Amino acid sequence: MHKAISLISGGLDSMLATKMMLEQGIHVEGINFFTGFCVEGHTHAIRKHEKPKRNNALWVAEQLGIKLHIIDIVEEYKNIVLNPKHGYGAHLNPCLDCKIFMVKKAKQWIVEQGFDFIITGEVIGQRPKSQRKHTMPIVAAESGADDLLLRPLSAKNLALTKPEREGWVQREKLGDLTGRGRSRQIEMAKNFGIQDYAQPAGGCCFLTDANYASKLQDLWQSRGVRQYELDDIMLLKVGRHIRPNENFKMIIGREEGENNYLEGYRKQFIHLRVLDHMGPLMLLDGDPSTEDLNLAARVMARYSDGRDESSVRVQINRPDREPWEVNVMPLSTTEIPQAWYV
Amino acid sequence: MPELNARNLLCPLPVIRVQDAIKTLLPKQQLTVFCTDPGVKYDIPAWCKMRGHTVLSIEEVERDIIVTIEVGEEI
Repeated sequence: MHKAISLISGGLDSMLATKMMLEQGIHVEGINFFTGFCVEGHTHAIRKHEKPKRNNALWVAEQLGIKLHIIDIVEEYKNIVLNPKHGYGAHLNPCLDCKIFMVKKAKQWIVEQGFDFIITGEVIGQRPKSQRKHTMPIVAAESGADDLLLRPLSAKNLALTKPEREGWVQREKLGDLTGRGRSRQIEMAKNFGIQDYAQPAGGCCFLTDANYASKLQDLWQSRGVRQYELDDIMLLKVGRHIRPNENFKMIIGREEGENNYLEGYRKQFIHLRVLDHMGPLMLLDGDPSTEDLNLAARVMARYSDGRDESSVRVQINRPDREPWEVNVMPLSTTEIPQAWYV
Repeated sequence: MPELNARNLLCPLPVIRVQDAIKTLLPKQQLTVFCTDPGVKYDIPAWCKMRGHTVLSIEEVERDIIVTIEVGEEI
């Protein structure tokens, strides 16, 4: 039996591509790459919901009855985000470089594990940057996968690959999908008896999101260097981000789940709490001056239940010293300029 | 018993950390994982099932979700 590794994003297309191979008697295992930017319901996971968010890739693998290998590529992926050879899409999304990188990692994996080929759920014309007819051969060539890369959903519209040429899979049973429409995938899902799947939501990566990309740009600009750590990019997914100046930024939880998540970072950051009213947790990222701390306390008070009081007691906690308290007048809404919101 | 701190990590990171930790263990050894993302209640058992490991218990203590796993034969 021939063996394939399938790039599982957690969406319907990779699920269908995998199912097509399983139907042809191929042994398929899944591979999923964790970049740190994966949407994967992190906002949902952080915010308080009755039903916890499942990891889509794991869920898909479970439904298909295949093994899933989740690979942490956070460190290696930084170079893709910071220096994409093929440039960015609409925001900070290096989609083509990302796809090449992931297929390259999958190629290394099949060599190490003795698998025969790689499949993806790519469809010609579905994504403006990486899934176009003329970029698909670039992915195959630059990843080094060459003709070991099979896209079952669009294979009939692409050059013959080794699995087809060697008769490991039957080309006539592969797909000829093109474009952004979803109706044929939905029909295929129905025919395969797949009733539940993640709904397409404009991509699986935060780098395609305008607001997120803007926060990442702000991070780089304020630090004067285009670098990031995993905690930086996770925190960009949480809370209100308010930057009054280049010295520091406030991150304020918007609800209980976000406050709980931010609690996990309180030992690493200066953080503020309101003592005499209910209120969120605020982390400060950067190097605030004494004046900045007073301003942050006033913003903190603004987001507490004491916003209409003349004085609110705020505790300031620095990781390197004992906490202290200040009494401040909450800022009014008009005193927080819109330009401060990142 | 080996312990793994996966608090404040969001899925799939707790699963990745479990995956890495289990590579260093032997069959039948137990691993206790401390998490805070409620998604682990589904994701760690799903991953363990497909890898032949057994989730012995899932307990919630204050904000912690504590998952105890017995390592399967095939690591």
